[in-house]
Amino acid sequence: MSNEHQVKFAAQFIKALPHAVSLGMEITEIADGCATITMPYDERLVGDPETGVIHGGAVSALLDTCAGASVMVHDSGPIGTATLDLRIDYMRPAKAGEAITARAECYHVTRSVAFVRATAWDADMDRPVATATGAFTIQPAKPAKVGDAK
Amino acid sequence: MKRPEPVQVIKTRRDAALQSLLQGVPYIQFMGFKFDRRGDELTGIMPYQDMLIGNPMLPALHGGATAAFLETTAIIELSWAMMWDRMEAGEDVAKLRLPKTIDFTVDYLRSGLPRDAYARATINRSGRRYASVHVEAWQDNRSRLFAQATGHFLMPSPADTPADTES
Repeated sequence: MSNEHQVKFAAQFIKALPHAVSLGMEITEIADGCATITMPYDERLVGDPETGVIHGGAVSALLDTCAGASVMVHDSGPIGTATLDLRIDYMRPAKAGEAITARAECYHVTRSVAFVRATAWDADMDRPVATATGAFTIQPAKPAKVGDAK
Repeated sequence: MKRPEPVQVIKTRRDAALQSLLQGVPYIQFMGFKFDRRGDELTGIMPYQDMLIGNPMLPALHGGATAAFLETTAIIELSWAMMWDRMEAGEDVAKLRLPKTIDFTVDYLRSGLPRDAYARATINRSGRRYASVHVEAWQDNRSRLFAQATGHFLMPSPADTPADTES
């Protein structure tokens, strides 16, 4: 179980990410190596004006944020993380006008790497819009002593 | 033999085609992405803005913003390559459909600094239906990439392009 402090810290940390804020992302659930984040429909994020479909780049940003958030609340208690690599598969365009919700699960961590999978949906939860898998760096709570390198 | 077109006519046509490609996409305007054109070579530019920050403590660019920049550069490069011949033949290319991303893998090499970023895409393979594109992004030094990506794209079918149905 991740402790309350960790969850609070992670939730606040994400609220302080300027890019996540500018895309209107809101955390709906975050604990125990899992995170759920919603991004409302916004006409400024449209990638195809003919269909009104949200640009893949905004979906990537949502999945990346959500994946990073899941690492932050993993039981191992890292104090920081950064994306090493992220692969996104686009299954179908999100429906115009609908919010996109991503859920990420940090399913394994080593001392230095976290492995995450994430899925994004619009209102239809039976058919994913996109899925992602990624590897993230782990900044451990107690940094290993490396001597007094300046 | 036909006289070559005046250089300004060529430039105006190419710049107008590129601008129509970019201005049609609200998200490109929202993110502030720009493209620099030299002949047919495009360089994507992501001018720095505070809203691109992901980690305010470092500070570093948001991985999602970087991914979006690389993906946009890949799509614009593909569209540009796709429309080039028609544009040069004087056809109206404003209505061409954009390629769709099938998958996109971003490799984060170092943290993105709070300053402008640049990207160039290379089309490694472009068939009738699928294309494979590689993108490199850097900031201060061209040889020190901060991210690179590879993606596969579904090319619009000819039936989707109005110019084709007319001919």
